[in-house]
Amino acid sequence: MTDANIEFHAVATTAEVTEDEPKAVSIGRMDIGIYKLEGEFYAIDDICTHAYACMTDGYIDDGQIECPLHGACFDIKTGKALTAPATIDLRPYEVKIEGDQIMVGVTKAED
Amino acid sequence: MSDDRTFVIIGASQAGGWVAQTLRNEGFEGNVILIGEEPYLPYERPPLSKAALLGEVTVDSTYFWQQEALDEANIEVRLNTRVTAIDRDAKEIEIEGGDRIAYDKLAITTGARVRKLPIEGADLPGVFYLRTMGDTLAIRNAVKDGATAMIVGGGWIGLECAATLTKLGCKSVVVEAADRLCGRAVTPEISDWMLKFHTGHGVDVRLSTGLEKFEGNGQLERAVLPGGDTIDCSIAVVGIGVIANVELAQDAGLKIDNGIVVDDRACTSDPDIVAAGDVTNHPNGLLERRIRLESYENAQNQGITAGKAMLDKAEPYSEIPWFWSDQFDANLQMIGLPQDWDETATRGDQDSNEFVTFYLKNGMIDGAISVNNPRDLRVGKRLMQGKKQVSAAELIDPETKLQALLKR
Repeated sequence: MTDANIEFHAVATTAEVTEDEPKAVSIGRMDIGIYKLEGEFYAIDDICTHAYACMTDGYIDDGQIECPLHGACFDIKTGKALTAPATIDLRPYEVKIEGDQIMVGVTKAED
Repeated sequence: MSDDRTFVIIGASQAGGWVAQTLRNEGFEGNVILIGEEPYLPYERPPLSKAALLGEVTVDSTYFWQQEALDEANIEVRLNTRVTAIDRDAKEIEIEGGDRIAYDKLAITTGARVRKLPIEGADLPGVFYLRTMGDTLAIRNAVKDGATAMIVGGGWIGLECAATLTKLGCKSVVVEAADRLCGRAVTPEISDWMLKFHTGHGVDVRLSTGLEKFEGNGQLERAVLPGGDTIDCSIAVVGIGVIANVELAQDAGLKIDNGIVVDDRACTSDPDIVAAGDVTNHPNGLLERRIRLESYENAQNQGITAGKAMLDKAEPYSEIPWFWSDQFDANLQMIGLPQDWDETATRGDQDSNEFVTFYLKNGMIDGAISVNNPRDLRVGKRLMQGKKQVSAAELIDPETKLQALLKR
């Protein structure tokens, strides 16, 4: 991807995120959750779209992250809201790996 | 093909809202009429004792769906409307004022109402209950910084109110008739933790303490304890439980037994009527008994089941009961309804306010309560669902990865 409007930020090392333990990071004022699934890394918004809760405090099962507060499930790869009470998707971000750094792409000037 | 059927839902709260939304999600194209007594669209009740009472959120932001979303789904919402009767023979309901609405299918999601305190002075201005948005706005309006707030009942609502009113600058005094807090829901060990936690935050907790009466000249001024001691207070919030609103169903001849009796698909004894939420007595296959639950998750998921049942698409509904509460900086979560257990196992440190206590029966988890540890609780729920054999020693051991136990 060479979208000139996307700026990549180093947010964590690959060792800091495991399949069971995601990591909450922030870029500017944005809270983003970093996940590892089948060896790949994914980044989605970390604040539940239903009510204020950090998704990375939730429970991972079968490619889904379950909100620790009300139990809404989202697809880790796409951020798609899968179950009630959430009806709005979590926003996904582009991820690339450079060395042992996890880089997350956000639109410039958005952070 | 147009569908000219009309599905009516009595009760426009969480359960009723989900019934309506589910009908549309499942492709129902007939009329959906959602009738509510309160002046608000279906809203989240959990914030009522927390963020809404603190004044941190607006009424609109507690709505599950904004008006535009309900319009878009073509759900007709009639607020400020009280249903007075269900005529099952005519398949009509009657609303206050005498109008009748015909239904093809009916959902009853009438919820519960607060239990009133039967003492002298309980009707004085300044004595509140907390169940509705109207209650919260009234309490918020009456709270003054530095006031003494009397909380009657040391259960979930009472303790959440005590925490929030303390944050608002009140001196909170909790009187609880039993000898421990949340006695119906948690073990004595957790009750002790709650007592220490609240006391540590400045709440004055008085156990084994009843209330004789409230006194005041046109406005609450003091609470009188048995024996004659008095506590000056300008505001009181009573949280001593709720009563299921079964009367409409009962008068219509539906089967009632501690709630409206439904099956595992939310169907009542009338094939054209379903019921969901706090008002139902339903079978729980995982607990292997009938229960009536006052919970967020049940209102939502049984509501979804009831919506599907109206379209003959429901799967059996059975979930491990799950609740949560926020008090000061503690997020408490509970699973199961453990009644008796062989032993408990606490993972983490109760003194640091971050732990989970499991209740074990026959070598399996029968329930758990967590403080500031939702993730371990979630794994515990899966372990309980999967009826996995676990020992107290391994649950306590911080080296044990709980998720690894799931693979047994």
